[in-house]
Amino acid sequence: MAARAFTDVTVGEQIGPVSVPVRRETLVAYANASGDQNPIHQDEAFAKKVGLPDVIAHGMWTMGASGTVVADWAGDAGRVVEFGTRFTNMVVVPVGGTELVVTGVVKSLDEATRRATIEVTTTNNGAKVLGRCTAVVQLD
Amino acid sequence: MSVNLDFQGRVYPPSGPYAVSAADIAAFAAAVGSTDPVHTDAEAARAAGYPDVIAPPTMAVSYDQQTSHQYVADPEAGIDYSRVVHGEQSFVHHRPITAGDELTGTLTVDSIRQAGGHSMVTVRTELTDAGGAPVATTTSTIVVRGGE
Repeated sequence: MAARAFTDVTVGEQIGPVSVPVRRETLVAYANASGDQNPIHQDEAFAKKVGLPDVIAHGMWTMGASGTVVADWAGDAGRVVEFGTRFTNMVVVPVGGTELVVTGVVKSLDEATRRATIEVTTTNNGAKVLGRCTAVVQLD
Repeated sequence: MSVNLDFQGRVYPPSGPYAVSAADIAAFAAAVGSTDPVHTDAEAARAAGYPDVIAPPTMAVSYDQQTSHQYVADPEAGIDYSRVVHGEQSFVHHRPITAGDELTGTLTVDSIRQAGGHSMVTVRTELTDAGGAPVATTTSTIVVRGGE
C-alpha cells in the first residue's frame, strides 16, 4: 500500500461504511495484545454480576478497530498522526458476536501541512458508540 | 473513598523503559483487524520509509496505561478502579512507535474535575525513545463513578 496523495482527497469525501465483526475471541485477542485483562470483556458471568447486560468490548478495541478503517483509507497506518475520541456507549458482545459499522468524512484539508481531518462515526446496532471521534491523516 | 484532588498537577519520574517488539506489534495489529503490512513485514515497512515494523495508531495506549499505573494504583490517589470507566482517549504521534523502540513514559496528572457526583481524571503521558526524542503524547480521561 502507498500513502494517499493530498491532491486525490476532497473535503466531504466519504470513507466506508466498513463493517467490522466482533466476537468474544476478538476481545480475548485484544486483551492479550493490549494487557487489559479486565474480566468484563471476557467473562459473561462476571460481567452480569457487576450489572452489565453481557460481555462488553474494550473501548480501546472499538477505537482501535475504527482506527484501522482510517489507516486503510490513509494507505499507511503510520500516517494517522492524531486520533482521539470519547467513549459514549458500550458495545455488548453476545455469544454470537456483533458488528461495528465505521464511516468517516473528510472535514477539512490543510494545504501547508498536507493533512486531512477526518470525522469518524462508529455505530453498533444503529447507536453511536464513539463521540467526537476525530483523526488527522498525513497525506503524501 | 474519593479521588484525592492534591494529585492535580503532579508530574511523575519517567517510567520504563518499555521494549517494543515486532511480535507485540503483530499481535496488536491482528487484534484491531489491521492487515496493513507495515505492521508485520519489515520490508514493507522500510519501503514506506520506516526503519522496521510500526505500531497501529492506538497501540500507544499500552505504554500509556503501564505509565499511569503508578498513579491509579497509589492508594493515596483515592481511585477505586472497580468504579472506573474510560471516558476519553487521544493520541498525537510525533513518529510511529517502531519495533526495537525502548519507550519511556512521563506522566502528568493534568486535571481532576468533579461533576454530578463523579470525578473526571485526565492524565497525559509523554512517550520518548531511548535517545530522549518525543514519540507520542497520549491523553486519557477516566471517570470514577461516585458511590451510591
